[in-house]
Amino acid sequence: MTTSDVTMPVRRRDGAAVIDLQGDVNGRAEHSLNAAWEEATRTTPDAVVLNFETAGYINSTGIALIVGLLAMARARGISIRAYGLTPHYREIFEITRLADFLAINPDEDSAVRGAEGATHA
Amino acid sequence: MTTLARSFRRRFLGRSTEADRAVRDTEQPVATSHDEQAPVDIAPNDPLLAYLQSASGAVNVEALALDSPALAELKAAGVKLAVPLVSQGELIGVLNLGPRRSEQDYSTDDRKLLDNLAAQAAPALRVGQLVRQQQAEAATRQRFEQELEVARLIQQNFLPKQLPELAGWQVAAYYRPAREVGGDFYDVIPLPDDRIGFVIGDVTDKGVPAALVMAATRSVLRASAQRLVDPGAVLERVNEHLCPDMPEKMFVTCLYGVLEPTTGHFRFANAGHDLPYVKTADGSVELRARGMPLGLMPGMFYEEKEAVLAPGESLLLHSDGVVEAHDPEGAMFGFPRLKEAVARYPGGGELIDRVLTDLREHTGTTAEQEDDITMVTLARSPSAAHPTIGVGPTHQLVEFEVPSAEGNERLALQRVSAIVTPLGLDQARLKRLETAVGEATMNAMEHGNGYRVDQPVTVRVLTEANLVRVQITDLGGGAPERETEEPDIEAKLAGLQRPRGWGLFLIKNMVDEAHETSDGAEHTLELVMHLDDVSAVPDEGGEQ
Repeated sequence: MTTSDVTMPVRRRDGAAVIDLQGDVNGRAEHSLNAAWEEATRTTPDAVVLNFETAGYINSTGIALIVGLLAMARARGISIRAYGLTPHYREIFEITRLADFLAINPDEDSAVRGAEGATHA
Repeated sequence: MTTLARSFRRRFLGRSTEADRAVRDTEQPVATSHDEQAPVDIAPNDPLLAYLQSASGAVNVEALALDSPALAELKAAGVKLAVPLVSQGELIGVLNLGPRRSEQDYSTDDRKLLDNLAAQAAPALRVGQLVRQQQAEAATRQRFEQELEVARLIQQNFLPKQLPELAGWQVAAYYRPAREVGGDFYDVIPLPDDRIGFVIGDVTDKGVPAALVMAATRSVLRASAQRLVDPGAVLERVNEHLCPDMPEKMFVTCLYGVLEPTTGHFRFANAGHDLPYVKTADGSVELRARGMPLGLMPGMFYEEKEAVLAPGESLLLHSDGVVEAHDPEGAMFGFPRLKEAVARYPGGGELIDRVLTDLREHTGTTAEQEDDITMVTLARSPSAAHPTIGVGPTHQLVEFEVPSAEGNERLALQRVSAIVTPLGLDQARLKRLETAVGEATMNAMEHGNGYRVDQPVTVRVLTEANLVRVQITDLGGGAPERETEEPDIEAKLAGLQRPRGWGLFLIKNMVDEAHETSDGAEHTLELVMHLDDVSAVPDEGGEQ
């Protein structure tokens, strides 16, 4: 059971802003994820990279939060990339077509560089 | 010289004890002679007491002027001299003397002689009093120990001589009476159709009275269990039998449950006993059912509940001697710690051993056990599910409830996952089922029950030939149709659809079949996964 919000740290690397998603990505993560997005896009980065390596359970509300980030990114012309997804959540990203709108990379290096190993650019 | 020597009654000094009463009860009148008088009682507030306590020697009674009923009585009895017997500053008796036979007054030498006699007699008298007091106390202790032994014999005679051996189950029990035997008991009752009745109870009070009530309760309960099927009806019958003859201020707490070993169904009712705990894949949960203790008042109703012990789960019945054991600082072991122990430790006999170890650490190894300690565990083997697969009709593995509160879908999906794992579903498909169960439970809590915690979501897991069904039921059967819009991510990104609305879409894409039914009161979503379908998704060894 999710019991509390967690902070989602933002790191800057080679022009990209990396958000380390912590804990469950569900309704309770909304505040911390939006705060991380604000921090990541305070100065426009080349891309925002979502690190799912430290994320836990992702439910449909979490999917909706990521859709919200994609909408904001689209409005500002920022690309979003992701890495660290388990095969199960990668499948969900594909079923929901999230994977059509963000690049899924195998690791952080490729996600920061962009395109390499990604399923979609 | 006539002597009227008697030790007066110690109760006047306000120190009456059981042993003192025993001394008094055994006192016999001094052998009578024609000039021997009856002893004179001195009331505790009589000023004569204080006077004699502080007197330096024999007191001339006739010359004494005090507003004292005892003094008047002494004078009336013809007492001339009163010689206080004082030992270690305490007045323990008075030597009363009548007139000399020579009819002369007592001389100074007489009085000195009497003072010397009193000084030597007082310690000897005190020793005699103490010896008799100790003898009386020893007799009392012996009677008490004999009663406790009787109570122990009664209780142990009524405990099960052996526990049942059930295929796929481990049954273990522990009973240890406190020195002052309490009223704990447990029982295991063979019932028709291979069902087994389990009883745990506690009679208020200790010793022989508690043991006798325990014996009566056990006998009535055994007889009722054979005649009645429902645990609640059994407790009602027992209550009706006990009420007329229950001693004042006594009652019995008791939990009675009936186990169907083949299915794991445990139907139970509770007459105010400490709640049992079930160890599940997610931790431990209490089994609640309402009911007043037995023997308090007639006409009581006992709520019945049912739990299903899934493979790998275990049940602990316990008495308050566990949770109410104190550490040297006075802190109780407590329910939370016991609940945590059930969640953390393996079930069965090992759970009992681990809890006893924790208890010893809590109380200290030298502390005397405060109350009876009783524990009974029923542990279902983790492999018990396998024989049910593919053998014919639908078979329910578990039914449980989840309070409608945000985040609780995790409880449902984790528990279902633990139940389904032994069925052989591959890892990728198990993850899909987990996601579907989580989403379905979330929908049920939100759209069906409006996140009202008092309206739980019911989850059932069933198997039949080569498939598993998970039914998720809420109380929103009369609500409008839910999530009818097919989510389209492009429409969502364009702001034409709200970002949410993925739940049912995910569910339908995660499982082989999904069926919705409503009956106006309840809404059920059934998720189906085929156990032999390994083609849908390759197992990439993924983890959530």
